[in-house]
Amino acid sequence: MASAELAGRIAARFPSASIVPVESNVGGILVDRASLVDICVFLRDDSACRFDYPASLTAIDYLDYFEVVYQVRSLARGEDATLRCRVPRDDAQVPSVTAIWSGADFQEREIFDLMGITFPGHPNLRRILLWDEFIGHPLRKDFGLPAPLPPAVQEALDREGVAAANVIGHTPPGPRALDRRAS
Amino acid sequence: MVDPGTLAINSLGSEPSFETSAVQVGANNIVINLGPQHPSTHGVFRLVLTLEGETIRAADSVMGYLHRGTEKICEEGTYLQNVTLTDRLDYLAGMSNNMAYSMAVEHTAGLRVPERGEYLRVLFAELQRYASHCVAVGTFGADVGTFFTPLLYTFREREAILDLFELACGARMTFTFIRPGGAALELPEEFFPACEKLLDDLPRKVDEYERLLTDNEIFIARTRGVGKFAAADGIAWGVSGPILRGSGVRYDLRRDIPYSAYPAFDFAVITRDEGDAYARYLVRIGEMRESIKIARQALAKLKSTTGPTVLKLGSFFRAPPGEGFSRIEAPRGELGFYVVSDGGIAPYRCKCRAPSFINIGPLAEMLRGWKVADVIVILGSIDIVLGEVDR
Repeated sequence: MASAELAGRIAARFPSASIVPVESNVGGILVDRASLVDICVFLRDDSACRFDYPASLTAIDYLDYFEVVYQVRSLARGEDATLRCRVPRDDAQVPSVTAIWSGADFQEREIFDLMGITFPGHPNLRRILLWDEFIGHPLRKDFGLPAPLPPAVQEALDREGVAAANVIGHTPPGPRALDRRAS
Repeated sequence: MVDPGTLAINSLGSEPSFETSAVQVGANNIVINLGPQHPSTHGVFRLVLTLEGETIRAADSVMGYLHRGTEKICEEGTYLQNVTLTDRLDYLAGMSNNMAYSMAVEHTAGLRVPERGEYLRVLFAELQRYASHCVAVGTFGADVGTFFTPLLYTFREREAILDLFELACGARMTFTFIRPGGAALELPEEFFPACEKLLDDLPRKVDEYERLLTDNEIFIARTRGVGKFAAADGIAWGVSGPILRGSGVRYDLRRDIPYSAYPAFDFAVITRDEGDAYARYLVRIGEMRESIKIARQALAKLKSTTGPTVLKLGSFFRAPPGEGFSRIEAPRGELGFYVVSDGGIAPYRCKCRAPSFINIGPLAEMLRGWKVADVIVILGSIDIVLGEVDR
């Protein structure tokens, strides 16, 4: 089932939801936060979908918003479906899907721990990899400060005409992070 | 005096605190820590167990002692530098990690690996699976009380395989041999006879492990029927690899969502219906035999083909803006990477879907109702690698 076909199926069932197919190598469907849980239940239970296996949950920081990516699979058909949900930085929460796929438990905790997105409805939302007293969420792009590059690397970058901002992952917030995205 | 029976210091199902002292004595329940320094956890992993007598009533997994921030560091390194980090995730299966990461980068950049590169990948991934299952089976035997005999037998073959890897790429565990674009080096001449000889020997060696363990009365008494896990639960929890197949789910990414050169090879998917620790052991043994078969076929293909093994990518190779992902059947289950590129020389985001991390999700459920001694067996049968759990 291609993304467009799946999007059509979901749109027919949830006329009021916002559903946008995503064009990329991974593809998927962008859904709004309010209808996420209903759509997940539909994906798991609908006889033509049966996406019963939570393959992978992850989140990406796009500076203006976070994108939570749900990759689920139907084991019987060997087919993936990708759901995406975008949430603003100042309201980083997505309803939990642990009640739908038990396997979302640890994965949502990991996203909470490293990306700082909360999952209302999660039974046990605590840090999982870092210690409880840790301050901040390291996978956010505004976490930490850039370290100077070793001289040899800096020289090689200069030779190739590559800006150091392209190498440093933990770019501090502000114009530099935006430059990096634009370049 | 208060009647101890009415004291519910640690009621059932309550969440054990992280900061509990080592032992808390209640009227009925005791909270104890298993680990983080405990030989049976195969690394630095802590289980907070709530016991009633000797029976597990609740368990809480505490991990992260080995967290190195790999995903964050990946955002700093170039696409090729990051391969070295993946070796250190599941350090018992470096080749599989290299392969999954490389496939995600190739998917992002739209690269096609040369045919010979794919055969090299399959050969090394299968040898790696054998070596990794050697550790899984050997240490599992040690966990259930066979002491060191099976462990030494399995490590003997693992060592031989690591010698082959060393012959091919100079490293025993941290290979960085499979990289974006293919497999780094052409094999040396002497590799082929050495590998053939080993592949001829291996089936008899698997028979040896089986003689030590499969019909061993004590081994069976400790593992059969222990840690039963239903197929439906396995699917809902997203577990993969020998645990899912040991619960009767016929699911193997090599066959169901084929990747690399696997469609060209003939092999069986091993499953058992029992869903217990013994079944998981038998699945691993079966997979070792299948890995030998696949490795033989891959070696034959390598001998009959010529051509490049790797695409030449510059040190400052850039993937075009976009994203890509991969999923492979690693020894412990489904290993996937998800790479987002913004067109720079480093990934914008690199997520690793580690099988061990997902597989211990249902551990609390699997342990409930079993005795303390069974905890070791159940944990051993899941076969976690903490480098991959904590990343």
